[in-house]
Amino acid sequence: MRVGASIVIAGLCLLSLQGRAQEQHPEVTIQDPFIELHTGPGRGYPIFHVAERGENIEVLRRRTDWFQVRVARGEEGWVPLEQMARTLDTDGEAFDVPGSTLEDYTARRWEAGFMYGDFGGANMISAYGGFGLSENLQLELSVGQALGRFSDSVMASLSLTHLMFPDKRWTPLFTLGAGRIETSPKATLVGTVDRSDTMAHAGFGVRSYLARRFVFRAEYKSYVVFTSRDDNEEIGEWKAGFSFFF
Amino acid sequence: MESRFLVLFLIATLAAGAGGCARQRTVAAGDAGNPPVIEPEVDRREIEQSRIDTEDFEVGIYAGQLSVEDFGVNNVLGGHFAYHISEGFFVDLSAGKSDTERTSFERLSGAAQLLTDDEREYSYYNLSLGYNVLPGEGFVGENRAINTAIYVIGGVGKTDFAGDDRFTLNLGVGIRIMPLDWLAVHADFRDHIYDIDLLGQEKTAHNLEARVGVSFFF
Repeated sequence: MRVGASIVIAGLCLLSLQGRAQEQHPEVTIQDPFIELHTGPGRGYPIFHVAERGENIEVLRRRTDWFQVRVARGEEGWVPLEQMARTLDTDGEAFDVPGSTLEDYTARRWEAGFMYGDFGGANMISAYGGFGLSENLQLELSVGQALGRFSDSVMASLSLTHLMFPDKRWTPLFTLGAGRIETSPKATLVGTVDRSDTMAHAGFGVRSYLARRFVFRAEYKSYVVFTSRDDNEEIGEWKAGFSFFF
Repeated sequence: MESRFLVLFLIATLAAGAGGCARQRTVAAGDAGNPPVIEPEVDRREIEQSRIDTEDFEVGIYAGQLSVEDFGVNNVLGGHFAYHISEGFFVDLSAGKSDTERTSFERLSGAAQLLTDDEREYSYYNLSLGYNVLPGEGFVGENRAINTAIYVIGGVGKTDFAGDDRFTLNLGVGIRIMPLDWLAVHADFRDHIYDIDLLGQEKTAHNLEARVGVSFFF
């Protein structure tokens, strides 16, 4: 119930944010012979209005690579990024739209992604967030859950990833990190207890810039779990997934 | 004598010239220090950019019915968070909860209990990739058009049910109706698939879920 209430409150907060966002909008001047206003933020939505060169338009909001604009006559429609990039802002400069080219990818600071794979025979789901320390070095925090036949694990780790060619479409990567892993055996097994251990890992992989804000990433990691038993446990993991950058 | 005068004159001229140059430089340096009469237009592009309201995130709640194989059809309540990467693709993180009922066997036998009350609680989360296959418009009356999108979605996740966490695949289809630019109404059908050996033999269970929800873009 409390969760429900907080969700509703969060929703109301969002509503108030929406209200505030409508106060003032940046304006741009059309530079192309004309721009086309679509009824929705997508290629297939029909064009219902055309605004000519020199006309001022208000930019209301952006969704993915589409901009909702209002023309002088009051009509509101959606314009693709390619056309917005050829308009001028109030200073007469080209309207600069970030986040959609290989250059933006190279200059990225934050990224987040999801991966799926195999962790010593168990299904592995993980999510990570990365922050670029330099062009080559990235600090990453990842959380994951491995779901196996005999046991489940939850893990969190901090790692440092080195990208060999950060400005190329394809780059090999090397990663080194440490964290905690918590393992709980299946309820159907008897005489087992939950364990919480420290682990360290090293790995290599590859990442590729696909398009827009999409990045593909695949990697292999070798884990050493420092158990309280006589032997340390070694686990191999491979996974692949997508990430996007901001 | 004349040549000496000439030399002196030349030196004087040079000195004057050099002095003049020096004064010129001093004036130039002074200009740099003082504020110019006409302020050059400053580049405000950064500010312009940040003023645009980017709405790629979506957060919402939903409610519906979840059929848990062998354990009846029950109410399900959940929330989801989505990030729209492009006009086609989005990633979605959903989490939901349901209380399952007793199996037919438990009801018929009377006393036998397969699960404790705790184990009977069904909760899941999943991480999915969705694609808007059929974006379009719906028409309400003569003058109003509402943007819609039919999407397919699939992903991986975890189900906590009957005392264990189970790796779960989910596949589904849904429709998003947008009465306002920042408000969406969803109707979703999902199939949650996992392996379970609770009743002696391992089998693949399909749990079908039908739900409706509302979400906000921000």
